[in-house]
This record gives sequence, C-alpha cells and structure tokens, in this order.
Amino acid sequence: MEERNVHSGSEFRIPNSTFRIMLDGPAITDSLQACGITHVVWIPDGFLGTWESALLRSSAIKLIRCCREGEAIAVAGGLLLGSAKPVVVVQCTGLFEAGDALRNIVHDLGLPLILIVGVRSQIAFEKGKSTDNCPAFIGPIVDAWKLPHSVLDPNSDGPGELIAAIRTFQRDNCAGVILIAE
Amino acid sequence: MMTPRDALEVLAEVRGRHVVITTMTSAGIWPAISDTPLDFAYIPSSMGQGLSLGLGLALTQRDVIAIMGDGSLLMNLGSLVTIAQHPAHLHVILLDNGLYEVTGGQAVAGAGRTDFPGLARAAGLAHVFAFDDLEEWKANAGIVIAGPAPSFTALKVEGRLGQKTPLPPRPMSEQIARLRRSAADEPRTK
Repeated sequence: MEERNVHSGSEFRIPNSTFRIMLDGPAITDSLQACGITHVVWIPDGFLGTWESALLRSSAIKLIRCCREGEAIAVAGGLLLGSAKPVVVVQCTGLFEAGDALRNIVHDLGLPLILIVGVRSQIAFEKGKSTDNCPAFIGPIVDAWKLPHSVLDPNSDGPGELIAAIRTFQRDNCAGVILIAE
Repeated sequence: MMTPRDALEVLAEVRGRHVVITTMTSAGIWPAISDTPLDFAYIPSSMGQGLSLGLGLALTQRDVIAIMGDGSLLMNLGSLVTIAQHPAHLHVILLDNGLYEVTGGQAVAGAGRTDFPGLARAAGLAHVFAFDDLEEWKANAGIVIAGPAPSFTALKVEGRLGQKTPLPPRPMSEQIARLRRSAADEPRTK
C-alpha cells in the first residue's frame, strides 16, 4: 500500500477535549505495512492502544505483547538479528525505563531499531495546560541516547509523514525514534 | 549439584542445530565448549535481556536455546509470561547458583528460596523441567531439547566466587554477521 490520498482520521477523546486523529489505527497499520514492517512489539498506552484492533486485523504484521519496555526492545533486537523488520511501540515513560536495553541494542549490537513513542501530555503541555514533565524530558533523553528522531502530531500529520519518517531510518539503516504527540 | 561447566557440556552434546545464546556465567564458559556461527555470546549485554533477544530470534523461525543465570532472570521475570504466549521454538536454560557470579559472588534476592520452575509454570509455560543432579540431567537433556518448545529448564549449579565479567570471543559485529550467514544454510531442526 502506498500513501493514502484521502484519510479522514477518527475522533479521539480525552477529558474535556475531542481531537480528530489522522494517525489512527487503520492509518498506522497501513503505513507500517507500506514500510514492510513485520512485527509490532508493544506496550500500549491510552492513545497507542486505540491502534490495537487495526493491528490485529493485519495479516502482514504480528503484534507482540511484552511486559516491560526494555524487554520489548530486546525482543525487537532478536527479530532484527533474524532479519525481520520490527518496530517497537511504547509510551515515553517506558522509554525512560528502558534505557539500558536501548543502549545495548542500538549501540552495542548496532541494530537499526525503530521506535514509535507516544509522548504523554505533549499537546496539553504545549498549550501550558499540563504539569506532566514527560514532554520536558523526552527530547533530552532521546538526544542523550544519540537517536535521530522525528516528531509527529497525530492531529495534523498523517500516513505520508509517518511513512516518510520510517523510510528515512530504513534508507539510512539506522536506529531512530518517531515521537507521537499525545 | 553440578558445576556450570558440567551442565553446559551436557547441553552441548544435545543442542543439535539450535542457536545457543549465552549470557554472563555461561558466556564465559561456552566458547571453550562450542564456538560455531550458531553460538552467540551476548556480550556486551543488557542484563536480563538475553532471554528476550532469544525470543525475538526464535520468532523468525530459528531454533534457539537461551541460557541465563538466576540473577539475570530475576531482572526480567515478565519475559516468562511473554514467552509463554508465543509458539516460538525457544528452550530456556536457567543456571541457578544463587549468586551474581560475575560481580564476585553476592547473593541474589531470594537465593535458594525462589521456585523458578514454579514461576515458569505460573507464567503459562507448559514444558518445565528441573534438575539438580548431573546424571539425571545427562539422561534427560536430549529429551528436553528434542521436545516441544517453548520450554523452561532449571539447573541447580554450584556457585563460584571470584569470577570476572566474561569477555566476548569476538566483536559483536562479527558475531552478528556469522549468525546471519548461518541462517541461509541452516535448516530448522524440526
């Protein structure tokens, strides 16, 4: 599947707000399939979890549920050793916890691990409406691990932007992180 | 009780064409027993993640044995639940010595009291074994490795004091290249 020409997205509700999400489950699934992704290794949060039903419907992508984010990164590392094309999908809190696994798989083993990371409270934080410190730390943390990253806003960015970000990492055969503002 | 080397020598006799992932104590011993492209010393490592690395590799249709110590497993107990829900060909071998051996021999939490086979069963693994006698392990190792997977085998082994952190037999990049090359011409064992 190539980039969708038309994608209307779907509504996503959080307390006191409703957003129209361009990067919903079907869009994510189609985009990952377009990039040849074979496995989604994940621990979902409230936003990422809305992708589950679409991911489960995919015949091309296997959903691997893990218990902890460092574990998810290592499972993806094993998949990469076996020449599969996984992507790890976790919330930023999990990435914070998983630093050593990330360091090892990316920098010790040199594997081109791609992660999609939900940044909790990012949208509200940018509007000055959240005291959650996740958005303040995720950028410096990703930089500290020397990982190139793209930032996508699921309200305005769509499959085309996601596919472009993934394909950039694939083309360069490097690890990278796609941050999804939540 | 058996020494870790005794336990691993028995495993080497029956491993067939399985990829063998070693960590910590086992990574310091295994290269002297077997050093083929199918032997992967997970050094440098992220402690506790060798099992998960093995699961990922097994999910790509490779037959895998992952060896880890009790200290490593305790850092990633949830991985047993993850392994149990996937029909991958992964045999887990636990060397239970009650120690963080490569840091000098400090006791792990719950040393000597933790029921690792019980934890594996409770996680949902159906094929769980435990051996604390070398002759018994010799008699059953082939059955375990030729049997259904995923499986979990706990081996009670002697703890050794004064050990140093093992070094990899070759650079990681070379290990990965060897392992990947072997994939092209190594059929699954079953």
